[in-house]
Amino acid sequence: MSTADTRRTPGLVPVSETRESTERTPPLTATGPVAATGSAAEASGGVGRGWAFGRMARSELGLTFRRPRNLAMLAVLAMVPVLIGVVVRLIGAEDADGGPGGAGGLVAQTAGNGLMLTFAALFVLVPLLLPVAVSVVAGDSIAGEASAGTLRYLLAAPAGRTRLLVVKYANAVVFCLAATGVVALAALVTGLVLFPTGPVTLLSGTTVSFAEGLLRSLIVVGYVTAGMAALAAVALALSTFTEVPIGAIASTVVLVIVTQVLSAIPQLEVIKPYLLPTYWTGFDGVLRDPVAVGDLTQGLLAFGAYVLLFGSIAWARFTGRDITA
Amino acid sequence: MTTVTLEAGAPIGASPPADCSIVTRGLTKQFKGGQVAVDALDLAVPRGSVYGFLGPNGSGKTTTIRMLLGLVTPTSGECEVLGEPMPRGVATALPRVGALVEGPAFYPYLSGEANLLRFDAADPTASGRTAKARVTRALERVGLSAAASKRYRAYSLGMRQRLAIAAALLGPRELLILDEPTNGLDPQGTREVRALVKEIAADGTTVFVSSHLLAEVEQMCTHAAIMRTGRLVAQGTIASLNGGLATRIRIETPDIADAARVLRGLGLTEVRTGADVSADLGGHAPERVNAELVAQGVAVRGLAVVRPSLEEVFVGLTGEGFDVDG
Repeated sequence: MSTADTRRTPGLVPVSETRESTERTPPLTATGPVAATGSAAEASGGVGRGWAFGRMARSELGLTFRRPRNLAMLAVLAMVPVLIGVVVRLIGAEDADGGPGGAGGLVAQTAGNGLMLTFAALFVLVPLLLPVAVSVVAGDSIAGEASAGTLRYLLAAPAGRTRLLVVKYANAVVFCLAATGVVALAALVTGLVLFPTGPVTLLSGTTVSFAEGLLRSLIVVGYVTAGMAALAAVALALSTFTEVPIGAIASTVVLVIVTQVLSAIPQLEVIKPYLLPTYWTGFDGVLRDPVAVGDLTQGLLAFGAYVLLFGSIAWARFTGRDITA
Repeated sequence: MTTVTLEAGAPIGASPPADCSIVTRGLTKQFKGGQVAVDALDLAVPRGSVYGFLGPNGSGKTTTIRMLLGLVTPTSGECEVLGEPMPRGVATALPRVGALVEGPAFYPYLSGEANLLRFDAADPTASGRTAKARVTRALERVGLSAAASKRYRAYSLGMRQRLAIAAALLGPRELLILDEPTNGLDPQGTREVRALVKEIAADGTTVFVSSHLLAEVEQMCTHAAIMRTGRLVAQGTIASLNGGLATRIRIETPDIADAARVLRGLGLTEVRTGADVSADLGGHAPERVNAELVAQGVAVRGLAVVRPSLEEVFVGLTGEGFDVDG
C-alpha cells in the first residue's frame, strides 16, 4: 500500500523511493518493543539478576568515566610519568638520584632502561596522588548521590541498598585499576620513547628479559590496584556516613596523610603493621629475584582485611540508615 | 487549637477496605532528635483512586511518603504498598511504583534522556532492550521530547519537574506517588499535569498526590486525607469531606431582619445576618425558601446556595495561621 502511495508521488526517482521505504521500515519494527513494553517488564523474571546488575554497573561506569572531573584526574596522573621521564632525560640520571622519596634509586635506573620508569612513577604516585584520586571517586560514591538528591530516586527505582553499594564499590575498584593502568601505560610509552630498552636489571642485581619485565610490571599494576581498592573501601564506608561528599573525600585524604606521618615515627613502629600505606609500596618485592612472594602475600592479605572490615561498616551503616536527603 | 474531628475521618481507619494500594496502621516516625514527624497514621488508599494527601508544610507528608518508599524506617506501626510490607518488600513493590519525592533530583552534567536511562538501569526488573523506547515515550508524555538531549543543567524549573514526572512514568505502574507534582510549573504546566494524572488514573493506576494546593486536589482527586502535625485529621472521598461542612443558603436583600425571620420560621438553623442573610440549608429546597421569602414580601435581589470548598474544610481542620507546626 505504501509503495503504491509513493509511486503516485510525482518526480520521485526509484533511488529515493527505496530510501524512503527503508526509512519507513524502522518505525514499524520500533513499535514492536514499545507495544511489548508491558509484557517485557512483566516477564522481567527472565531478565536475570546478573544481567540487570551488569546493566546498572555499566551505567555507573559510564557516569564515572564520562565525568569531566574524573577524566581530568586521570590526565593529571598520566602527566606525572611523562614529567619524570622528561626531567631524567634532560638533567641526567645522576642529578635526579636522591629525588622524591625512596624512588630515587628507581628513577636513576630509568636512564638505563625505559621500563623502570613504570616502577619509578608508581613509587612516586602511590603515597599521595593516586590515593587522592581514588578518594575523590570512592568518597563521592554515596555521599555525592545523597547531596544531589539522586540517592532517593535510585533507591526508589528500586536499586536495592546492598546492590547499590556493591555496584558503587565495583565501580571504585575499576577506577583504581584505570588510574594505576593509566600511570603504568603513560610511563611505559614515555620510557620506550625517551630511554633505551632491553633486558631489565632488577633491584637484586639479576637481569631478566624485557618480556618478563613487562609481565612483572603487570603484577605491580595488579598489586597497586589492590592497595587502592582497600583505600576505596575506607572511602566508601566514610561516604555512607555523610551527605557532604567533600567531607568523605577530605577525611579519607587526611587519614592517608596521618597514617603516613605515624608510620614515619620510629617510636610508633608497633602500629605500623596495622596501617594501610605500609603495604602500598610492597610491590618492590616484584623487582627482586626470586620475587618476594611472602611480602606480596602479606600486603594482599592486609588489603583483603581492610576491604572486609570497611565493606562491612559501609554495609551496616548504609542498609540501616534513614535516607532523608 | 484542638483537633477538629470529622465523621468522615473515622470509619475508614478502623477497617481498611480489602482492595487498597496503600494501607498504614499506626504508622509512627520519631526522629533521633525526639521529634515525632508522623504519629499513629492510619491511611487507606483504595485501588484506582486519585488520592489527595493534604497538610500544611511540616505536617509529616514527606516523611510519610519516604516511609512508603522504604527510604525511612518507621519507629512503629506498619505500612503496606501494593500488598507488600515496607521497607521489607521494597524489591517486589517498588518496580510497580512510580515516585516523585520532594522535587526533582538529577545529574546536572547528563542530558534529560541520559538521566532517565540512568534511573531505569537502577531498576533490576526493567529490561535494557526496551529502555530507549520507554524513555522516549515517557519524555513524550510530559512534553520534553524537544529537550531530550539537552543537559539537565540547562533545564528550567518547570522542565525539571516534568523530567521528574517522566522518571515516574518509565514503566507500567500500578501506583504513582507524586509529592507536590505541580511545584514550579506555570498555569499551562499545572493543567497538563492535571490532565496527565487523570489520564493515568483512567488506565486504572492509583495516584497518591501530596499537595497543599487545595483547588488542585479538589479538581483531580476522588479521595483525600488531611494531615496536621503528624496526625491524620480527616480521610475519605472528596464528597464526604465536603459533606462535613453544611451547605448554606445566602440571600441578598435590603430587608435583612424580615428575611432572617422568614428563614427561622422555615426551620433553618445557624441564621447569620450582616450585609446579607445566610443560613444552613439543611434538607430544604432552595426554590421553596425563595418562594416563601417572596410570599412574605421580602425583596430578594439574589439567592445563592454555597457549598463548602475543600479549602474551608482544610482550614477548619488545620487552623488558619501561617505558623509552621512544630
